[in-house]
Amino acid sequence: MLRFLSLFAVIFALAVPAAAQDTTVDSRAATGGAQTLADILERQEGLKVDDAFRSEATGNPDVAAPGSDQLGTLGGASDPELWRAFRYGSADISTQNRGPAATTVIQDGGMWWLEFREGALLQIAMYLLGGTLVALTLFYLIRGRIKIDGEKTGRTITRFKAFERFGHWLLASSFIVLGLTGLFSLIGRKVLIPLFGHETFSFLAVGSKWVHNNISWAFIIALFIIFFVWVVHNIPDRTDLRWLAKAGGLFGGEHPPAKKFNAGQKLIFWAVIVLGGSIAVSGLSLLFPFEINLFGHTFSTLNGWGVPGWFGATELPYPLSPQEEMQYAQLWHALISLILTAIIFAHIYLGSVGMEGAFDAMGKGEVEEQWAREHHSLWVQGVLGADPVEKENSK
Amino acid sequence: MKPFILALLALVVISVGANQILMNSGFSSADASTSDKSVRLSD
Repeated sequence: MLRFLSLFAVIFALAVPAAAQDTTVDSRAATGGAQTLADILERQEGLKVDDAFRSEATGNPDVAAPGSDQLGTLGGASDPELWRAFRYGSADISTQNRGPAATTVIQDGGMWWLEFREGALLQIAMYLLGGTLVALTLFYLIRGRIKIDGEKTGRTITRFKAFERFGHWLLASSFIVLGLTGLFSLIGRKVLIPLFGHETFSFLAVGSKWVHNNISWAFIIALFIIFFVWVVHNIPDRTDLRWLAKAGGLFGGEHPPAKKFNAGQKLIFWAVIVLGGSIAVSGLSLLFPFEINLFGHTFSTLNGWGVPGWFGATELPYPLSPQEEMQYAQLWHALISLILTAIIFAHIYLGSVGMEGAFDAMGKGEVEEQWAREHHSLWVQGVLGADPVEKENSK
Repeated sequence: MKPFILALLALVVISVGANQILMNSGFSSADASTSDKSVRLSD
């Protein structure tokens, strides 16, 4: 009998877990209305989960127990129901904070933004800036410095007037400071704290924030200056196609004709205007939090045109909470700044060590006539008239 | 060289000036998001 009971006990002990597994039916009722295993798995796969079972389970004051009842003190909503109402933005909130974001207590985008900002964004920064520097170094080692081919004349031509150079240097100096302080803010926690410690980084971060926020105005003013001073010379024309077809003469040794700005310089100009303008606008959005919302309306318009569908993507999120607006503005501001910084690396290279005589244009405002004839032949003809030798040949 | 020096000077003047204007214009988030009228003392 004892042996039979022991056998029964063993079978029962083994059967209980199996039965427990069988009873874990993947249904809402089995979880008491809470999320199911299927919900969790779908969320982990990044699939859209129908949250109605939670977002709508926020209590009902109409069925509340009377205040005199012990269960009536919460007004018909339990603590979990109240927090769900916070979570889905349906709670009736009273707050002393009058900021535009005060009505959104909890929002979904925070973790996605934080993970992207601390992961993928830093990798993009490293590969984009580091890759550009490596590419320029390799280019210098392979191609070497672009020298003035012909014999120098000893004569100079005024390339840029003082006001043009003032605008350029205001833009350049503000961009460099903004780039450095922006990088301090972006990579500080991951890179600077391990290197210098919390105290030093705190000083750098506070200083960077002040400098970044206030120098931004100089960048915006300079952007307007260079736009109005140079836009006429940067309108694309047929000369640019010929220049691009010959890659600006970088490899063949031949110098394709160019006006005041060649096609490469025009690309830099429009990159600075368009990307710099976008950085300025998204920067203003960040400087006045929640006041300038750029992304919700843009996403809605793009969805209306069906743009995400062109790339096989799902619709862009809309509407956005005020905090999500700031998160997208921060990511956009950082990404576009990194792209423009990589472009400016190439510009600085070609304007300094990469090309003989190029720095004089912005340094002194005067360039060697032979340099000008080689790199901006059509412009020189306009300023000085045709080359005497060319004149002779054309007779 | 003179335009470069002038640009650096302008950079400093614009930055300090912008900061002073913004600080005295009530644009800080503290000014924008709080009000003594919304303080509830008797609830």
